[in-house]
Amino acid sequence: MTTDERDTHDHGHDHEHPGTTPDVNEAGYYELMAEAMKELLIEKGVVSADDVRRNLEFLDSRDPVDGGRVIAKAWTDPDFKKRLLDDGTAAIKEMGLTMGDAELVVVENTDDVHNMIVCTLCSCYPRTLLGLPPDWYKSKSYRSRAVIEPRSVLKEFGTEVPADKTVRVHDSNADMRYLVLPQQPDGTENWSADKLAEIVSRDAMVGVVLPTAG
Amino acid sequence: MTLFNVGDRVRIKNSHPPGHRRTPFYARGKIGIIERYCGEFKNPEELAYGFDGTPKRELYRVRLSQTDLWENYDGPENDTLDLEIYDHWLEKAEG
Repeated sequence: MTTDERDTHDHGHDHEHPGTTPDVNEAGYYELMAEAMKELLIEKGVVSADDVRRNLEFLDSRDPVDGGRVIAKAWTDPDFKKRLLDDGTAAIKEMGLTMGDAELVVVENTDDVHNMIVCTLCSCYPRTLLGLPPDWYKSKSYRSRAVIEPRSVLKEFGTEVPADKTVRVHDSNADMRYLVLPQQPDGTENWSADKLAEIVSRDAMVGVVLPTAG
Repeated sequence: MTLFNVGDRVRIKNSHPPGHRRTPFYARGKIGIIERYCGEFKNPEELAYGFDGTPKRELYRVRLSQTDLWENYDGPENDTLDLEIYDHWLEKAEG
């Protein structure tokens, strides 16, 4: 079939045409609503198209490396760790990092407490420090089960928390964002902050796994 | 002076108004302890409808016991859940 025939034939479109593929992101209901909202905000002059683009570019450029640097600094600098636990938002500013419009609460794992983060209402997450949240974090299954049966969920991530240790779940349901400060693994006592930062994974900072030296 | 202090026993109101609320259903009617005061924030229940979010509301982190939250919680009594509640959803609890 030639291009001309493709353009002019008059039957319904319940089949694929040769040489055509669906777009990477066929818009569903919510994508269309978000797009309509964006167009209105731009039309009313509330934001510019470039504001939207720049924000997307910034968020896409974030990844867990920055979060790892924060944790490694806390492990190697006790004064910084104290400031980080007192006021996370202010402490990360010292490192040139920002929380955007939200506030940061850093929760510390200890011999007695294991912390784990969830947002039951949507998918609040410290995006400026960890990048975009993984799909499992946004899933209804994680969002409900992390509060109801956190120990079972942790086990599925390979993390067995002993019964004499408190599991403390943090529901990120309003204006705070959370980062878990894991315990520094044994055998890394003399490591540099740069080397330590490499072993701090995204999932360790959400509190579903523990970092290891290897 | 804040409305509540760290350590206060509080009840999260068991209220079910329609509209955008950021108090999860599972926590409504439950008693917990104020863990920290987070500051004043614009009220999301107003912001959601295009209002300016004032007056601001005091936001608190409330710590609840998992065994209080879930009848059949599978874990030790020390396990807890912390979440953020705006002042107008909190009332002092006895005891």
